[in-house]
Amino acid sequence: MIGLSHYLIVSALIFSIGLMGVLRRRNLLMLFFATEVMLNAVNIAFAAISHYYNDLTGQMFAFFIIAIAASEVAVGLGILIVLYKRYGSLDLDDLASMKG
Amino acid sequence: MMENLVYIALFAPFASSMFAALFGMSPRQTFVGIVASLLLFTSFLASATLAFYVATTGMGIHVTMMDWISAGNLHIPFGFVVDQVSVTMMTVVTLVSTVVHIYSIGYMDHDKSFNRFFSYLSAFVFSMMILVMSDNFAGLFIGWEGVGVCSWLLIGFWYHKKDVSREENPSISPSWAANEAFIMNRIADLGMLVGLFIVYWNVGSLQYDVVFAELPNLSGSVLNAAAIALFIGAMGKSAQFPLHTWLTDAMEGPTPVSALIHAATMVTAGVFLVIRANPLFSMTPEVSYFIAALGTFVAFFAASMALVNRDLKRIIAFSTLSQLGYMFAAAGLGAYWIALFHLAAHAFFKALLFLGAGNVMHAMHDELDIFKMGGLKKAMKWTYIYMGVASLALAGIPFFAGFFSKDAIIETAFNEGTIVLWAILVITAGMTAFYSFRQVFLTFEGDERYKAFGIHPHEMYKYVLIAMSPLAILAVIAGFFQGSYEHFVTKLLPEYHMSEHTHHLALLLGLVVLIFAVGGIVLAYKKYYKGLKRDEQVENSFIYKVLANQYYIPKFYEMVITKPYAMLSEIFWKDIDMKIVDATVDGIAKFLYKSGDSSRKMQTGNLSNYLNWMAVGSVLLLVVAVISAMFV
Amino acid sequence: MYETIAFYLFSALTIGLFFVTIMSKNVLYAMTSLAAGMVLISGFFFILGADFLGVVQLIVYVGAIMALYSFAMMFFDATKGIKEKNTNPALIFLLGGLSALALVLMFAAPIYNESIQALYPMHEGVGNAQDVGIVLFTKYLIPFEVAAVMLLVAMIAGIILAGKKMDQSLTKDTSVDDEILTQKDAK
Repeated sequence: MIGLSHYLIVSALIFSIGLMGVLRRRNLLMLFFATEVMLNAVNIAFAAISHYYNDLTGQMFAFFIIAIAASEVAVGLGILIVLYKRYGSLDLDDLASMKG
Repeated sequence: MMENLVYIALFAPFASSMFAALFGMSPRQTFVGIVASLLLFTSFLASATLAFYVATTGMGIHVTMMDWISAGNLHIPFGFVVDQVSVTMMTVVTLVSTVVHIYSIGYMDHDKSFNRFFSYLSAFVFSMMILVMSDNFAGLFIGWEGVGVCSWLLIGFWYHKKDVSREENPSISPSWAANEAFIMNRIADLGMLVGLFIVYWNVGSLQYDVVFAELPNLSGSVLNAAAIALFIGAMGKSAQFPLHTWLTDAMEGPTPVSALIHAATMVTAGVFLVIRANPLFSMTPEVSYFIAALGTFVAFFAASMALVNRDLKRIIAFSTLSQLGYMFAAAGLGAYWIALFHLAAHAFFKALLFLGAGNVMHAMHDELDIFKMGGLKKAMKWTYIYMGVASLALAGIPFFAGFFSKDAIIETAFNEGTIVLWAILVITAGMTAFYSFRQVFLTFEGDERYKAFGIHPHEMYKYVLIAMSPLAILAVIAGFFQGSYEHFVTKLLPEYHMSEHTHHLALLLGLVVLIFAVGGIVLAYKKYYKGLKRDEQVENSFIYKVLANQYYIPKFYEMVITKPYAMLSEIFWKDIDMKIVDATVDGIAKFLYKSGDSSRKMQTGNLSNYLNWMAVGSVLLLVVAVISAMFV
Repeated sequence: MYETIAFYLFSALTIGLFFVTIMSKNVLYAMTSLAAGMVLISGFFFILGADFLGVVQLIVYVGAIMALYSFAMMFFDATKGIKEKNTNPALIFLLGGLSALALVLMFAAPIYNESIQALYPMHEGVGNAQDVGIVLFTKYLIPFEVAAVMLLVAMIAGIILAGKKMDQSLTKDTSVDDEILTQKDAK
């Protein structure tokens, strides 16, 4: 009854929500949250496909995405800390010094 | 040995031109002229030797220098043939050129572009030699274009003279006259090219021997088309009606140029073409008749305009035009060797006339109006003798060169049964005599009108006069060689004999022409020997005005062709080229620049903006994917 | 039937929670809803029979990553509300809506290729953790090891970036540097 398309639609909706969050947020920390949302949506999709095709590849992929997300968060937050120490603010609009 | 002579004759003028070109920018150096004249004399000696060889052995020399175009089936070599026809032209051209070069040393001695002049002059002789010596139509065309270019360079030699209105100077300016000459030649060259294409398309080769052998196999319409097209080319070069106005305007160039180019060589290239291609023209009798008729018309037409003209050189130019008409008449009627003979004889005495006119101009400080001259025979005895001799030859007085050649042409017209042409030619002979001697008398006899303008004439340098003497001698004696010349050249050209009927009447015919000629001289004598008596009533009469304005043809060309074409060009330039083509190109450039400039604003440095753009791009791709999937 | 209820419940909750994450102005609320959403996503994994993946999601994502975020939140003084300059809500909604529409359309249309061959098929009768272990340590060994190295690098990077006095060496004698520097100034 619940087919693959259901899961994929849910994943798509969550992905769009994450996309909206990325576009909307001005605070860098909140931007990271929205990125996490997008990653999780993709994980759902992979797991669903893996279930409906009886293939373990999807789950493997999801694993590695989780691993990458972890390391990304570590490094990203470190950079955020250095940025905060330097500029005193985490707002995107204050950090637009590479204006061309 | 003979091949070497061919190359010497051909390339000596080229070497002279290159040598003089080295000094083109320097102030005048006399030795440039001397070296040029010596090289031309070398060319003349080579040509004369070749002529002697051809005359004694009766064989032509054919050399192929190198391959020029070899593409697929098209094979055009640089080849040169020295046969009776081309060797005649070679000798005439080189002789007159040598005399003109020596003359120029004296004539141009006050000109600061002295070296450049010799470079151009020798380049012209080189092109003319290519034209007459080539053994295929393509080489002829190269020489054809070369003489056109050199003529442009030489007519416009004093290019810095500004344009003036047509009333002040009918030729407006040397640059204008040069352009007119070149453009008219180019118009005719289109016809020539079409003729070449027709020949090549139907025969497959442009070599003379191949083409002439193939001619009997071609259809009548092809032959007619080729003949007409080639004759159009000849019309431009030899200034036949309606492409004749450039010849008189070409008098803006220095006088040696007029003597060489517009008397002896370039304008005769058209006649040379017809003579060279005589197998073609023999097979198209209608075209040939048209050529003869046009030639006769031009002879009369030009002579009529010379009757009232006041410009010294222009009168002589008109007489050149008239005599060219005679040559075409002869060629059109099938008497090719007679046309060639007249070409050679005419070259001698016409060049002499021009050079004499140059002497007068040099003495009168470039004054050309014969109404302002008079009585110059006291100051310029030798020039008077030369011009008198040349005019006697031109008028066709017995035992001078012109008598034999012109009489032969007039007899041909009678022989062919074209009585109308004969009558017109006879009348023209009378007119020729009249205007030649009108010019001589007004310049040299009578009252000395020049004194009123404060001019002190003096004779030309001795060496120049000595250089002109060969021409004078030839103008006198050339006629006596008619018999041997006929024997010599009809080895190549078709023979032409008068019929029995004409033979009987020969004496009578000659007498008729003589009466007209002498009558013309007597009329001129009566009117002008004592001096100029201007007649207001005659000068304001309609006929006089029409003739003096050259039948208003230049004005007609200006109104109907030049001005509308100039307007059209301006429209094309301002409206189409600048507004459309340029605008498009500039528009593309501006568009690219502006789009780059505005795209630069995309770099805000703001991360959120970049993420926005990323999202826009990916959403766009998604939408495209969905839409394309829906329609597949 | 349970599956259906669970699916719809989880999806509604997840979507709602993530919505809060992106819309809220308070960092604490955003983070909390993010953590909750992740827990629910692990629920999804359990429904789909990917037990091991679900557990890993809980441990790594909810346990480690959200803890990291909490520490970051503590670091940046987040008690005061975030003032965000909202520039163009229309554009954002448009883009989000378009992408949602496009993706949903793509996934709703039943055009799946039925004859896809499974690359690493699941084995019947074997538990999911066992299955994953077999594949992970045989076929995916190298990516596994590389991921481990990557995690090590990330850890070191995180420590250096965030630590205090990380630009000073603990073992090297820095007094020598001062002498060299003063010598340079004297010249």
